[in-house]
Amino acid sequence: MLSPGSGNTVIKSKLIGRRMFLITAAKAVVMVGLVGRLISLQINQSTKYKSLSDKNRFREWKLAPERGIIKDFFNTEIASNEPLYQVHLVPENAKDIDNLFVRLKAILNITDKKVSYLKRVIKKQKPWEPVIVSENLDWSDFSRINLFLHELEGVEPIVSVARTYPDNSSAHILGYVSQISAKDLKTKEYLQDLAVPGMAIGKTGLERKLDEKIIGKRGYQRYEVNAYGKRIREIKIDQGQAGKSFKTTLDYEVQKFTNELLKDKAAAVCVMDVYNGDIVSLVSSPTFEPNAFVHGLDKIYWNSLIKNEKKPLANKALSGLYPPGSTIKTLVALSALENKIIRPLDTFRCKGKIELYGEKFHCWEKDGHGIVNLRKGIQRSCDVYFYEVARKLGVDRLSETAKRFGLGKKVLDDFIEERSGVVPNTKWKKKFIGQNWYLGETLHSGIGQGYFQSTPLQLCLMTAQIANGGFEIKPRIIFDEKNDNLRKYLKYKNENPNEPLPTELLLSNFNLKPLFKNQEHINLIKDAMFSSSNEPGGTSYRHRLENPKFTFAGKTGSSQIKRFTEAQREAEVKQESLPYKDRDHALFVAFAPYKDPQYAISVLVEHGGSGGKAAAPIAKKVIKKVLERHELRRKVNNLIGESV
Amino acid sequence: MLKPRSIQSSLNFRDKILSIDYILVFSILILGIVSMFAMYSTDGGEFKYHTNSHILRFFVFFGMFFVVSFIKIRLWHDTSYLIYIGIFILLLGVKYFGLTSSGSKRWLDLYFMNLQPSELMKIGLILFLAKYYHRISIESINSFRYLILPITVLIGPVILVATQPDLGTSILIAAGGIVVAWLAGVRAKFFIYSGVALIALLPVAVSFLKPYQKSRILTFLNPERDPLGAGYQIIQSKIAIGSGGLFGKGFLNGSQSYLDYLPEKHTDFIFTLFSEEFGFFGSLFILLLYAVIISRIIKIGNITRSNFGKLYCYSFATAFFTYVVVNMMMVLGLLPIVGSPLPIMSYGGSSMMAIMFGLGIVMSCKIYKDVPVN
Repeated sequence: MLSPGSGNTVIKSKLIGRRMFLITAAKAVVMVGLVGRLISLQINQSTKYKSLSDKNRFREWKLAPERGIIKDFFNTEIASNEPLYQVHLVPENAKDIDNLFVRLKAILNITDKKVSYLKRVIKKQKPWEPVIVSENLDWSDFSRINLFLHELEGVEPIVSVARTYPDNSSAHILGYVSQISAKDLKTKEYLQDLAVPGMAIGKTGLERKLDEKIIGKRGYQRYEVNAYGKRIREIKIDQGQAGKSFKTTLDYEVQKFTNELLKDKAAAVCVMDVYNGDIVSLVSSPTFEPNAFVHGLDKIYWNSLIKNEKKPLANKALSGLYPPGSTIKTLVALSALENKIIRPLDTFRCKGKIELYGEKFHCWEKDGHGIVNLRKGIQRSCDVYFYEVARKLGVDRLSETAKRFGLGKKVLDDFIEERSGVVPNTKWKKKFIGQNWYLGETLHSGIGQGYFQSTPLQLCLMTAQIANGGFEIKPRIIFDEKNDNLRKYLKYKNENPNEPLPTELLLSNFNLKPLFKNQEHINLIKDAMFSSSNEPGGTSYRHRLENPKFTFAGKTGSSQIKRFTEAQREAEVKQESLPYKDRDHALFVAFAPYKDPQYAISVLVEHGGSGGKAAAPIAKKVIKKVLERHELRRKVNNLIGESV
Repeated sequence: MLKPRSIQSSLNFRDKILSIDYILVFSILILGIVSMFAMYSTDGGEFKYHTNSHILRFFVFFGMFFVVSFIKIRLWHDTSYLIYIGIFILLLGVKYFGLTSSGSKRWLDLYFMNLQPSELMKIGLILFLAKYYHRISIESINSFRYLILPITVLIGPVILVATQPDLGTSILIAAGGIVVAWLAGVRAKFFIYSGVALIALLPVAVSFLKPYQKSRILTFLNPERDPLGAGYQIIQSKIAIGSGGLFGKGFLNGSQSYLDYLPEKHTDFIFTLFSEEFGFFGSLFILLLYAVIISRIIKIGNITRSNFGKLYCYSFATAFFTYVVVNMMMVLGLLPIVGSPLPIMSYGGSSMMAIMFGLGIVMSCKIYKDVPVN
């Protein structure tokens, strides 16, 4: 049964079929296009999109490495780390920064000034970079933050580590750490990849010298973050590498003792092992609180430091330049002996002053010392004797000896604070002052005045090299390995008095370099120094130690700040009555024990008056302390490197 | 050729079951199950709201699909105009009583579900025009008088939906209607003329676009224009698909989606999520499923005797294809983000309902393929 108009229907369905065929063909083309697009995205460009996807997913937070520890010779930690409680804020995680700061202010003790500072920092940074709200919280504040944490979105309590120093006794030699500055980032290449917000770097002293090695390698925390920057889970944590720890040659006990001794004085003390140059103690006074620098310095404290006329921030032992004064007389005498200018028993008559081309040169002893030979010249520190010796010796030969014994150049490596001082001679004057040398200046140089400039560390090295019999030593503060060459050499010589090998060859076998032509001359100087400290009339006789175990041999010195006028000289003005700033610097160098020298010491007291009165008593106490600990030190030294 | 009507109209239940196109049914079922896994992944690997309600809807509307299938095609033919009018009334209802969400008014609150009548209109318009072109004589098709009604029934809902505003759905509704007219034999000339007219009117149309719609089109032309704003969706979708690579990141491991880089991952971007987790081969599998479904629909159109059935099946197949392609081109960065769901895969009750209803009528065409509609 056909429906009406069925022919029509058939034509129509044929038309529909034809048109559908066209559409189906078009569909196939589109399908192929879609597959092509999938191939392009998922096969050809998949590497690119995979890395884009990872870039979405992962975000890294740098972790500050733990700083290496600095220990003293006996392994006491003199710069260590302590846990530090901080509050960081990640701006992008906070819904309402202003509101959050109001809440934080209520919980912590933050000033408005700090808040506006932090807001400025936030504006400058990327929103996911944290800012440090509180540097160093105590436990109770920190636990309060943790208690309210659920309502403080964006706030992150952080436990990290910070530098800490047991006390301020070694502040100068250790230096301090504080926040990286923009300038540090620019000038120090090793910080390029290291910079972590809140990280402290070494600014002075050993902290600075060792910074690159002691700082360690930074770590990172890699988090998976969602589209809103929220951390979803930790993917990887690399704690980084803690910095290298260092052992020093310092003795923390002596540091503390000396620091206490120098309290309130502007002074410096340096103690050195005369055989290997190990610096046992290096103290500058007044000291400062190194812990105060770690978490951002308080402005009031900073001002009190920089306004103090005794300059607490300066490391006087390394960077303080002082005329060596009479302490140089040991080298003047030695130089004259070595150059055969005088013989030990040659004498001069001291009448209290001499005249040269109309200029008067005074001895400190107004009435003169009478007949003076070398031993007496050093014992009494007779200026006239040394005027005469220096005049005959000449400044160039003197400067050659002084340089050989370590003056005029830096003693340690890479201490930015250390200064080299001046050992003057004719060439030096021509070059730096542009004038010819006057004979009168040679006389001033002979008693360590005039152009001469030296640091307490240099004077200590000079004394040590006299004490050890005239051998070159290389002072050090970082203990890397045992250095007993000189001790071994002396022991060997003692045990084999008839050694057929020539001394020169023997010395080079022990890798030693003598500073003398004739060792007898060194012994003469040591003997004269003994008399200065231990025989009546010696300049430091009053402060001697009689126990032969501690007996030291020393040389006093005072370096003039201001020339004494003739009127003052006539009136016999005493140093104590001068204004503080005009008083002489007091110096004292010594070695001990005299019979078997182990340590050399130099003491400087700024504006202390005379060396015998101000510096020698300090040296006496420090020497006793150091020698009391000598046995222990040798024992520790001998244990090092032995299998346990 | 034709069998006596008496035999045709008295199919028993066994005959009906046997004449179901099982390849089509299984393809739909597999796609439905795949969509459940995808939905489970968007919920972060848990049975949460979206997964649960998607599974429920799928099975409810899959059941409805069978019910629609077993109803005689003649009844669907006879009620076509009524269905269209009913949906049109619902669309008008949206205009006055609709729910507003993210700036557009698309839904009616039916208490048990929020109905989006514009999705239903996609099917309603095809049904209406299939019946209309089935009834008029071949000579009348291209006479102007007989073009007035089709144009009216097409433009009415398109304008209503476009002003919701929902540009994507209104274009897809129009596409369905135009396909029926084309298949029925309306001259190519007519489509060309209206195409030209449309382009001429484009500047006027653009002035009616909402700012966000303009920005979407501009962003499509250059996604890097505003990578954190409007271009974000396209960029992130491309990153997700591209980073899936050959084999994908693995089920539940689509970092782009579970870290919320992917927008609208339940609805428009469900393919992106699937493609990220299952890679190129997974995407190809989905494309293949859709290709099978579409080709089965066309096949049913081929064997259906009535022109109503043919027109309906071909048009529905083409519309279905358009929905799939528009959605995929969108997430692959080949079309602007217009907001169109992927049939069966995407979360959304109205879309699921419309597609299952449409497929049901197709299956009814299959079962009653030899029954004349009038």
